[in-house]
Amino acid sequence: MTDLTAGSPTVDQIRDDYTAMTRRKRVYGGILLILFVAVMASGFRVADDRNAGSFRDGWTRIFDYPAEVLAEAWEKIGALPENLAKFFPALIETLNIAAASTLIGAIAGTFLALMSTRGMALWPALIPLFRRIADVCRAVPEIVIALVLIFILGGGPVPAMIAIAIHTAGALGKLFSEVNENASLKPVEGLQSVGANWSQRMYLGVIPQAGPNYVSYALLRFEINIRASAILGFVGAGGLGYELRNAMSWGQGRYDEAAAIFLLLFVTIVVVDQLSGVLRDRLTHGSEKGASV
Amino acid sequence: MSTFATNLTVDELKAQADRLFSRKRLVNFGLPALVLVYLVYVFFAFDVPGLAARANWENGKTLVSDSYSYKTHIERDNRTGEVSAAIEGERKGAYPEGQAPDWVTLGETTVIDLEDGHVVRFGPETVEYDIPGYGTVRATPSRSAGVQAELPAGDVPEWINVSKNRLAIKTDAGRLTVTRNRSEVFRYFTGWELFWFTLDSPYYGKSFPELAGRAASGEAGTIFNDFWTNKMWRHQDVAWAIFETILMAFLGTLGAAMVALPLAFLATRNFNPMKSIRFATRRVFDFVRGVDALIWTVVLARAFGPGPLTGALAILVTDTGTFGKIFSEALENVDQKQIEGVQSTGANAPQRYRFGVIPQVTPVLLSQLLYFLESNTRSATVIGAITGGGIGLLLTQAIITQKDWEEVAYYIILIILMVMLMDWFSGWLRKRLIQGEAGKKRKPRDAARKTFLLP
Repeated sequence: MTDLTAGSPTVDQIRDDYTAMTRRKRVYGGILLILFVAVMASGFRVADDRNAGSFRDGWTRIFDYPAEVLAEAWEKIGALPENLAKFFPALIETLNIAAASTLIGAIAGTFLALMSTRGMALWPALIPLFRRIADVCRAVPEIVIALVLIFILGGGPVPAMIAIAIHTAGALGKLFSEVNENASLKPVEGLQSVGANWSQRMYLGVIPQAGPNYVSYALLRFEINIRASAILGFVGAGGLGYELRNAMSWGQGRYDEAAAIFLLLFVTIVVVDQLSGVLRDRLTHGSEKGASV
Repeated sequence: MSTFATNLTVDELKAQADRLFSRKRLVNFGLPALVLVYLVYVFFAFDVPGLAARANWENGKTLVSDSYSYKTHIERDNRTGEVSAAIEGERKGAYPEGQAPDWVTLGETTVIDLEDGHVVRFGPETVEYDIPGYGTVRATPSRSAGVQAELPAGDVPEWINVSKNRLAIKTDAGRLTVTRNRSEVFRYFTGWELFWFTLDSPYYGKSFPELAGRAASGEAGTIFNDFWTNKMWRHQDVAWAIFETILMAFLGTLGAAMVALPLAFLATRNFNPMKSIRFATRRVFDFVRGVDALIWTVVLARAFGPGPLTGALAILVTDTGTFGKIFSEALENVDQKQIEGVQSTGANAPQRYRFGVIPQVTPVLLSQLLYFLESNTRSATVIGAITGGGIGLLLTQAIITQKDWEEVAYYIILIILMVMLMDWFSGWLRKRLIQGEAGKKRKPRDAARKTFLLP
């Protein structure tokens, strides 16, 4: 060893340095914490000021509305099966909006992903362009497109479907391209060597590798899209959300219908969540098992 | 590999391979066919053919053209003979009395030059419109006899609409409408007029160098004030709305994380030995998540009224469930050894959590938090449109008027920029905070392990 000990600090110095460092860290941490709390508190104050009703008056009333709805629904409990049956078509519509937009979005997203992955893109020069397209699609909230399309196409499920599909294409495009980046390019090169064209290379070389992950992400998206399609219904795009707004605008006397819709939406979301969770688990883990055996 | 029996003949092997191939082929063609069948079903279930007939393409055309252009109205009151000019025909965009754009010459006979030879003259009695290649159209409005129109000989073209009380001409250069009480000319221009300053501002129409010069000489405050309080484009309100939307997302996401973190401990096997409480907490998470953001928004809007607080609370409640689930999963995966190590130095329970657990889960927590911050900016726009707050409210208001499409286009651009900015910001922060991710390329994430991230 060289002369490391010469001029090296004593134990006391080391301890002092260490304590100073810890103290400094603690001060920084404390300042950050105080700053964070201040920002949160002032943000809350601003939000509270700009709100129609204040938090202090409102929080006791949070459960008034649900209680009212539930009380009335309980009184008319006999009408529940009838109401459930009445709104079942709306539920189907909501599910159809979600499913169709997920499918269309997944197809478009696959295309965007393939076009924006190095080594797979048909036109490598256009990779940045397709990435930007996916970014913009992802950034547009569904409601923006839905509202504009409702103005042109009139109310109904189609504006919602298109709006959700565009957003889904962007979101899945990004996730799919992450999957693609991890896919092996060897099958693609092999197919190219036997003269396969681009679509054959992608369909036979990339999709089988990335397929399970694609489906898994698409299922995840389906869950999200059910919620989105319910929300878009609320602004006039058909399905359960639309019925909910109608039932709510009738106010008291129709709360049994509102309760039925709440129930349908809740059960659907929970069931789809569970189902897709199980399915996704099987897809990714099942395929791993299949590959390793 | 072990399943291959050795006594298989070549034929049998071939048959096996054939079966495998045909099964694969079936899946390969069957799956797309299934998707196609479903889409055809949806096509008819959503009544797309009927929709194509019902759709109002005229609306679409006005929407698109209006989003990048504006029109100036020149209007004459036929009774008093007063001529006024206003951008988009709105009071906020009206020219001061006795003033008009430079293509309009006010006087006994007001001459409006629509360019390319199109000229409209508001005479004392008669309105004349010279249309190149067609001739001059004259119309004399009077209270007793309606509108008397004189057209050049020949058939009336489809862009001219004449009736007893109304004459309407639509050309590429502009529009003329004459009724008994009013004569009106619209001229269309490209761009967002009055975006910077309204007509009553002394800075309207000034070039940028001139403005910069004036700003340098001490007028910067007034210039900014005129811009900020622009009545047409309401920059101040828009900026506040954007701020409100981001505030909703920020308060909602961070609030949810703060509520969810302590609850998440209750839902884990390794930190909470009491099974009943664990079960109850998990069900609470499931319930809160299952009651969709839509329902929470509706319920909370009843209690708090419209505004950013309602939106923030709706996001907070919904995400508490989601974060609770993600956090508890992360907590169940912590390394017990680090906690034991901390314990061996004589740390008490809070210290064990602080130094043994939190540092392990922080990267997961932070990265989820930041993902949600971006996604919630989008949700906040949507929730704002439902409850009434933030940029979502402005957007719905502008769409409801069905004519301020340039404002709609402006808001849409702002929303997209806002979301992309938040996306970039959260990505940047993620990289800075989680050092492991900064240098090396991100490891492939398994789709199954990302339980329900909203990308």
